[in-house]
Amino acid sequence: MTARIQAHALLRLAPGLTLGVFLAPIAAGLVGTILPAFGVLPALGGDGLSLAPWRRLSEAPGFATALTLTVATGWSATLLSMLVAIGMAAALHHRPSGRRLGAWIAPALAMPHSALAIGMAFLVLPSGWLVRALSPRLTGWSLPPDFSTVGHESGWPIVLALALKEVPYLVLMILGALNQVPAEAQLRAARALGYGPAQAWLAVVLPQVLAQVRLPAMAVLAFSLSVVDVAMILGPGNPPTLAVLVVRWLGDPDPRWLFPAAAASMLLLALVVASLAAWRVAEAALQATLARWAMRGARQPAIGHVANMAAGAGIALLALAAASMLSLALWSVATRWRWPDAWPEGFTAATWIRQAGTLAGPAATTLALGLAATLIALALVLACLEREAQARKGTPSRGLALLYLPLLVPQVAFLFGLQVLLVRLGLDGSFFAVLWTHLVFAVPYLFLSLADPWRGYDDRFTRSALSLGASRWRVFWRIKLPLLLPPVLVAAAVAFAVSAGLYLPTLLAGAGRVATLTTEAVTLSSGADRRVIGTWAMLQAAFPLAAYGAAVAGPALSRRIRRWR
Amino acid sequence: MIHRRHLLAVAAAMPPLFLARAARAQPAPAWTEVLARARGQTVYWNAWAGDEKTNDFIAWVGAQTRARHGVAVQHVRLRDTAEAVTKVIAEKAAGRLQGGGVDLVWINGPNLLAMREQGLLHGPVLPLLPNGALVDTTRKRSNVVDFTTPVDGMAVPWRLAQFVFVHDSARLRPSDAPRSAQALLAWARQNPGRLTHPNVANFMGSTFLKQALVDLSPDPDMFQRPATDAGFDAATAPLWSWYDQLRPLLWRQGRQFPENGAAQRQLLNDGEIDIMMSFNPSEAAVAAQAGLLPESVRSFTFARGSIGNTSFVAIPFNAANKEGALVVADFLLDPASQARAEDIRQIGSANVLDASKLAPEQRRLFEALPRHPALPDPSQLGEVQLEPHASWMTRIAAEWGRRTAR
Repeated sequence: MTARIQAHALLRLAPGLTLGVFLAPIAAGLVGTILPAFGVLPALGGDGLSLAPWRRLSEAPGFATALTLTVATGWSATLLSMLVAIGMAAALHHRPSGRRLGAWIAPALAMPHSALAIGMAFLVLPSGWLVRALSPRLTGWSLPPDFSTVGHESGWPIVLALALKEVPYLVLMILGALNQVPAEAQLRAARALGYGPAQAWLAVVLPQVLAQVRLPAMAVLAFSLSVVDVAMILGPGNPPTLAVLVVRWLGDPDPRWLFPAAAASMLLLALVVASLAAWRVAEAALQATLARWAMRGARQPAIGHVANMAAGAGIALLALAAASMLSLALWSVATRWRWPDAWPEGFTAATWIRQAGTLAGPAATTLALGLAATLIALALVLACLEREAQARKGTPSRGLALLYLPLLVPQVAFLFGLQVLLVRLGLDGSFFAVLWTHLVFAVPYLFLSLADPWRGYDDRFTRSALSLGASRWRVFWRIKLPLLLPPVLVAAAVAFAVSAGLYLPTLLAGAGRVATLTTEAVTLSSGADRRVIGTWAMLQAAFPLAAYGAAVAGPALSRRIRRWR
Repeated sequence: MIHRRHLLAVAAAMPPLFLARAARAQPAPAWTEVLARARGQTVYWNAWAGDEKTNDFIAWVGAQTRARHGVAVQHVRLRDTAEAVTKVIAEKAAGRLQGGGVDLVWINGPNLLAMREQGLLHGPVLPLLPNGALVDTTRKRSNVVDFTTPVDGMAVPWRLAQFVFVHDSARLRPSDAPRSAQALLAWARQNPGRLTHPNVANFMGSTFLKQALVDLSPDPDMFQRPATDAGFDAATAPLWSWYDQLRPLLWRQGRQFPENGAAQRQLLNDGEIDIMMSFNPSEAAVAAQAGLLPESVRSFTFARGSIGNTSFVAIPFNAANKEGALVVADFLLDPASQARAEDIRQIGSANVLDASKLAPEQRRLFEALPRHPALPDPSQLGEVQLEPHASWMTRIAAEWGRRTAR
């Protein structure tokens, strides 16, 4: 009896504890960044309020260009991803292929951003795989052409690489949102009025879906504006984007650069907040336009073609992502692969064998961090959801909307201040510190992917079991969890993939001393042997893919085994 | 990365420097005693980790010292040696006068100067090492004078570097190689877009500009003195006028630069450029051997000679495992270790030893090393020019950043 009461009390604490776990570091981190942005950091002689950091920021060489580049790439990536994702959903929702879409794009979702970016870099270089495949026969280029792709001043490779990752994410979010609206019935009605499937979807379903995917779209926008690893790998260097500039200054041996770095972090935060507000306004304008368009009621079969084109673009992006990963795989087993050969000279396992020793340590760290973060996040999220279910609130508790915060606040803006805090506590560079920052991101993603299936559970199973005399614990372990195991496993795989792919949190909280496959792969991407990069990026991508595979195949396998018995 | 060092670095300038001197005043223990105390220690060797071959070599060193002397090596992988310097500064500021986290650091140039000026080094250490007597102090001048500052035994030399250009002889005949800064400009005019240099924030890029500065100057000796505000503009005017002509002729019209030497090597291997630069005369041979460059690569230097320097290891004043660090430093000077480092299948860096001080069987270790057509003969490399004073490098890098920022 006492045990049950204690468990119940613990459960009641769960939402507060969960929010504390990741709101505390964000809040403390933001404060720790704002103070030096206005000149306050006594340890470095910053004793009073001053605008000097902002002056230093605005006078830094290339600052204006960096700012424009950041806005341009962040917004372009988000708009492109959103358009393609909507087009794909509009064009494919009524086809059988649309239903299998989820299975096709899940692997792209598991891929770490940095691994994709590294693979894409080799694909689109003037001496890269795409040009090699066509040269010199089709292009006439006996030497690689002297034009810029990776590192182009406009930053278009950043936009492309972000779209590779964000289109699958948004498509999945839209597919998920479709389950929340009576789409099928409304579509049938619209089709009966003579509208094509794409137009019917855009006019009737999209307005409802847009509101449903508002937060995911905003997360994409915030992420695209503040991404570090992708911009480091594919973006220009002189100047880079604002977020990369911050990271570069933080790593400068001269500690006085901390002040303009803090100011730049705050500027990025302001930029993201303004962009999110602008997004909200743009969405309202789009809704109004869609409504006027629907009211006019013109049947426009051409819409179908436009949607098909967007879907084609989406499929091309998926193919590009697959080719990126394939190029990494090929490099990891190549002997030599020189311009203009379309394929490596020969194949060998030598690189893998040589790298095995160095790969092992960071691989073990990646695994340990990922598993620990996933298990802790899972315990917290399950407790929160159970608490919500037992409290029988009709609507999800509003406090938990704060879960989106880590996905909306730019990472550099709070990680920087958090680092100061960790140093004070003597925790910087520890496994614990890195694990904590991983939790900040693992908890929200896990919650977001598990909340809907959990809330969709039919509570009559629980009530029947309770009435038969089973305890709440027993019902949870024997009835509810087994029934919900498939979504729990998928959500756990998502959390693991998030942890495995984190670059900046690992780098900053780990003070450069905690090496994961992701931090090492990004470091190597600045010029190491492509065969070596290939092994690191492949392994980096293999971990989350394996987690997804296990999450999907696990329940099916156990069911089959049970049937054999 | 934001390190603890950042928060404490400024305070570091304040405390007096007597503690490092106190450490220096202790009597030098006999080598057997060093070996006895070193057994069981783990040496945290802070070393730039941008080169896989060197990383492998450091791992090999650790395996050897563990087997022979019970001293393990933990390679702390750095992106920039300055990280280790500021770590020691921060420890000193925090009052950690022993038990420090850095035992051994791969260092030279401005970083070595900074550590010495702030009294952050333990030593002199070279006289303590049995193999220290084998170091060439007469012909390999950079072993004793680092970037114009006498080393005074405060750091242990372990590999030599010399600036060379590397080209693919299948595309550029060795006889046509441009052997001066002016000839390089003329070559670039005929071959626009086929030359680049690493970003000047990287030491490889700044060394290219220093090499051009020395080659273009009528009086290279002046760079042995610190740069002054007044003298800098006049002394570097020929460099910038040359560079302003060269830059539009570079790869990507000089609007984009590879981040480091390895990225630049990748460009040569991809056929995007025809000439790259390196600080290791055997890089062409090492890279060809490893499949990173075609077998047809060769090296050349400017006819007037090229800049060379020495890489050292040094021990911070507060190192927790000083004896272990001494054992590792001594092992690096072992003729067998030096021969392995010079092997093009390993890192291929020239040894720091004086051949005349070696026993015949030790000399044979070097004579038996594999040859490669891309490995230049020392006579082909020409005169080794001394590094300019560190202040020139700092100022040139800043000026380049100002000139190229968009």
